[in-house]
Amino acid sequence: MTENNKDLIIVTDLHKSFGTNHVLKGVSTTIKKGEKVVVIGPSGSGKSTFLRCLNCMEDPTSGSVLFDGVELTDFKTDINVQRQKMGMVFQHFNLFANKTVIENIMMAPIYVAKKKIRKHKKSDPTPVDDLKTAKRKARETAEALLRRIGLEDKADAYPSSLSGGQKQRVAIIRSLAMNPDVILFDEPTSALDPEMVGEVLELMKELATEGMTMVVVTHEMGFAREVADRVVFMDEGKFVEEASPEEFFTNPKAPRLQEFLSKVL
Amino acid sequence: MNSFMVKVNRFIEVFIEQGGYNEVLTGLKNTLLIAVTGLIIGIVIGTLIATVRVLPKYKLISRILDKICTFYVALFRGTPMVVQLLVFYYVMLPLICVKMTSVSVAIAVFGLNSGAYISEIMRAGILSVDPGQMEGGRSVGMSYGATMMKIVIPQAIKNILPTLGNEFITLVKETSVVSFVGATDLYVAFNYIGSNSYEFMVPYLVMALIYIVIVCLISLGIKLMERRLRKGDRK
Ligand SMILES: Nc1ncnc2c1ncn2[C@@H]1O[C@H](COP(=O)(O)OP(=O)(O)OP(=O)(O)O)[C@@H](O)[C@H]1O
Ligand SMILES: [Mg+2]
Repeated sequence: MTENNKDLIIVTDLHKSFGTNHVLKGVSTTIKKGEKVVVIGPSGSGKSTFLRCLNCMEDPTSGSVLFDGVELTDFKTDINVQRQKMGMVFQHFNLFANKTVIENIMMAPIYVAKKKIRKHKKSDPTPVDDLKTAKRKARETAEALLRRIGLEDKADAYPSSLSGGQKQRVAIIRSLAMNPDVILFDEPTSALDPEMVGEVLELMKELATEGMTMVVVTHEMGFAREVADRVVFMDEGKFVEEASPEEFFTNPKAPRLQEFLSKVL
Repeated sequence: MNSFMVKVNRFIEVFIEQGGYNEVLTGLKNTLLIAVTGLIIGIVIGTLIATVRVLPKYKLISRILDKICTFYVALFRGTPMVVQLLVFYYVMLPLICVKMTSVSVAIAVFGLNSGAYISEIMRAGILSVDPGQMEGGRSVGMSYGATMMKIVIPQAIKNILPTLGNEFITLVKETSVVSFVGATDLYVAFNYIGSNSYEFMVPYLVMALIYIVIVCLISLGIKLMERRLRKGDRK
């Protein structure tokens, strides 16, 4: 995290329609390296769609998403390679049901290592790890991450045997295993029983402290206040207001934001 | 009862002393070989077709492939297996001047045919897997194909295992049509014994029993496999 304050994601005039449903109506914003952006807004305002356009899980209808200098909406861009640097955490975890916890975490790193080995040319002087070494390293990383969240004894369990909070924490370290430049969170605590929300927010706060760039869609106002560098209010497909949490919560300007805050606070 | 015993004795005589069991063993071997190999080829073809058919359709190439697969499935589901077998053996092979044994022809036709049926089963299986599984794979940077192969299809196969088992049982039973192109299966074998002993009651009875035993064994196998897979989930 040496180059803090460098622009990491530059979004310009982003539009997204599903058929005739115009969901994103021109969003422009810049997310700096190390910045924590929290997005709030009413249901259906396009928060998930915005987040999913950032890593092209949804293809934007028009506009540009520049990630670390690479144009993601360009169809010549290898989106898979870019996504390896952009973690994503879902409301419903989306852990691989047919893989154990540790396999879930090792899956993508091993996939990438295999690709590297396949693409490696003999003439290339920089060596790559052979598969065995890559697997060992992936396992070591995965074990260290599991120890970090205190779930090392669940390494060989299947996701279905975990609690919601445990699943979400595994999902978070699964994205961490790729050593991403940014992690996108889409309502990571909304599907959890109330007593499990804390453990997930705690882990997210740790990541924030370590300087991870984070874009978080959430209804957890406490988290926004405590962690965000910038809070964004989204309504009807637009960024209606953005400010520091202090300013955002104590001195909201847009009437729709005032109304929204009066309902949720 | 006495006359039944006479028939049994006659059967045993032909079955053992005149080497009828050799025919039965060949028939059994062919029946299982055709059904098992057909099923494996069918799973491969069916998985490929199903993958094409659930592909997002915004590229022209995937739309064309989809049309081809739809045609293939309609063709093989819309004609009886016997007809496919006869056409393959007596029309296609002479036309392209290729010689194949009747058993290989049967295997090929069973594979192509079950591929069409399994593709529909597999498509339903793939659609039954939570779309979040694909999203999870894509979000960590795995390609569509890799996520499909490693995450979605294994779960789809688990979901459709009972239906696949039924398809296997159907294939085993349908092998009785391969006699149309001159391959020996259980029916041909017992028919042979019947003709040599001039009585068909016992041979056909034994044949029916063998089919029942095979089908029961397959059903048992599927149950065991399902139980093991479910255990894997809970561990
Ligand atoms: N894949 C899709 N296909 C069609 N319409 C979609 C799709 N995804 C989202 N939409 C529509 O886009 C609009 C915005 O959805 P989005 O999920 O982005 O809202 P949101 O702000 O995340 O809401 P929530 O708080 O309920 O999650 C909704 O009207 C929704 O129906
Ligand atoms: Mg949403």
